[in-house]
Amino acid sequence: MSAPQILAEAVNKVFRSPDGQEVVALRDIELAVEPGEFVCLLGPSGCGKSTLLNAIAGFSLPTSGRLVANGRAVVEPGPDRAMVFQEYALFPWMTVAKNVAFGLEIKGEPKETIDRKVGDLLQLLSLSEFANSFPKDLSGGMRQRVAIARVLALDSPILLMDEPFGALDALTRRNLQDEVLRIWTEFKKTILFVTHGIEESIYLADRVVVMTYRPGTVKTVVPITLRRPRDTASPEFNDIKRHLTDLVMEEQRRHEEDEIRKG
Amino acid sequence: MPAGTGAAGKRLLQSILIPFAVLALWEGLSRAGVINPLILPSPSKVVIRWWAYLKPFQSYDPAQGPYLSWLVSGELLHDAAASLFRVFVGFFIGGGLGLGLGLLMGVSNTVYRLMNPLVQILRPIPPIAFIPLAILWFGLGNPPAFFLISLGAFFPILLNTIAGVRNVDSIYVRAARNLGAKGSVMFRRVILPAAAPHILTGVRVGYGVSFIVVIVAEMIAVNSGLGYRILEAREFFWPDKIIAGMITIGVIGLGIDTALNRLSNHLLRWHRSLESS
Repeated sequence: MSAPQILAEAVNKVFRSPDGQEVVALRDIELAVEPGEFVCLLGPSGCGKSTLLNAIAGFSLPTSGRLVANGRAVVEPGPDRAMVFQEYALFPWMTVAKNVAFGLEIKGEPKETIDRKVGDLLQLLSLSEFANSFPKDLSGGMRQRVAIARVLALDSPILLMDEPFGALDALTRRNLQDEVLRIWTEFKKTILFVTHGIEESIYLADRVVVMTYRPGTVKTVVPITLRRPRDTASPEFNDIKRHLTDLVMEEQRRHEEDEIRKG
Repeated sequence: MPAGTGAAGKRLLQSILIPFAVLALWEGLSRAGVINPLILPSPSKVVIRWWAYLKPFQSYDPAQGPYLSWLVSGELLHDAAASLFRVFVGFFIGGGLGLGLGLLMGVSNTVYRLMNPLVQILRPIPPIAFIPLAILWFGLGNPPAFFLISLGAFFPILLNTIAGVRNVDSIYVRAARNLGAKGSVMFRRVILPAAAPHILTGVRVGYGVSFIVVIVAEMIAVNSGLGYRILEAREFFWPDKIIAGMITIGVIGLGIDTALNRLSNHLLRWHRSLESS
């Protein structure tokens, strides 16, 4: 059996809130994502799914436990764990082409290589005619396409996606979900995708990891074996959806009770 | 579009209506002898004086040198050049130091904590209050003027640069780290452009203060430049020349501010707030 692409062992993350109280964001997380697997982290706000993703990305390391990505312990952020953010996080002062080229320029690749790769990626994501536009002139969906092109340029085996389509309308979202599936198949990426969209997780993932609300633990792992492209209206899809909705709503209720208690 | 040009014509008319009315009233009152010309000369007198101030002192004589140097030998052009020279030297010294220290204080919390108390103490002192010390330290002439103008440019650029760097949205830093950016690449390609809108605001404000300070400094510490000239004109009871000098100061100030504004809009063409303009 090959080694997992991403491995979390006994991962804990404790934050200290401004009033001095300890908040356990993650408790004893065990997760292994195999090479080429598409895994969704699903749960309500506050379940620690983004915290786990940020820990794997190296932005905020765990308080205890072990995180391994691409066979190396995670100690800092790096281009081998490319991340797509919900807020797009494009550099507004760079054109679309410059945004995509930035990671390659940091790597110090020769200019011709960069130009060729950027041209190919812009074409792949139907962005060629916007190469010289600034991000402010693009719609949300187009911006997220640029962000995806930017991380694909890094040639990272892992893609971390933090609610990337949360701010988009339903039609644009479906369009980009299909785009991500196409890229995942074509480039054989390992994808860890954070979402609170139940349908989105079933549409995309090989496995859906449902997380509990505070402390964040792995509640259940649900394998999705439906053939792709998946039909969101099929009875099988909706059976899974019902099951996952029950699981997520339990946590959502705990989240709401907690909010009410805090006032 | 005829409707568009009509509307534009109407707007133009509206914007020049009041200035022309004021000028006409002023001219009329002066000619009627209502206003003492030693207190307020008529606009036409000011224009005539301004022309005399602008044009070469002597008539053209090829033996004295080339035509072009004769053409710019007028007093006004010399004064304007002297003032602008002082503004630019002072602005580049003060602005350069303000930018450098501002970037350091923005990036490093240690430098910020060390320097901020001193900055906060000195910042509210108007540069003009430094005039006595400037003369004590540097005597008369250009050096005290450079010092005062530098001070005028220094604080606005310093404070805006600090704010710009400290308020860089952390999402850009996170995205850049994820792409592998560190150290100088992070600074040049991410921090600096992200802080640019603030820095350029500081540049415009700093330039504005420099331009105020140069006029005051010339009234006190040096004997050339536009500020010196309008004070000198008062001693000779030439109110028309005072006003001609004031208008020159206004036109130059507006010209440079417009140029800076254009430059800033060009550099920040990527910026969201310019979306509609």
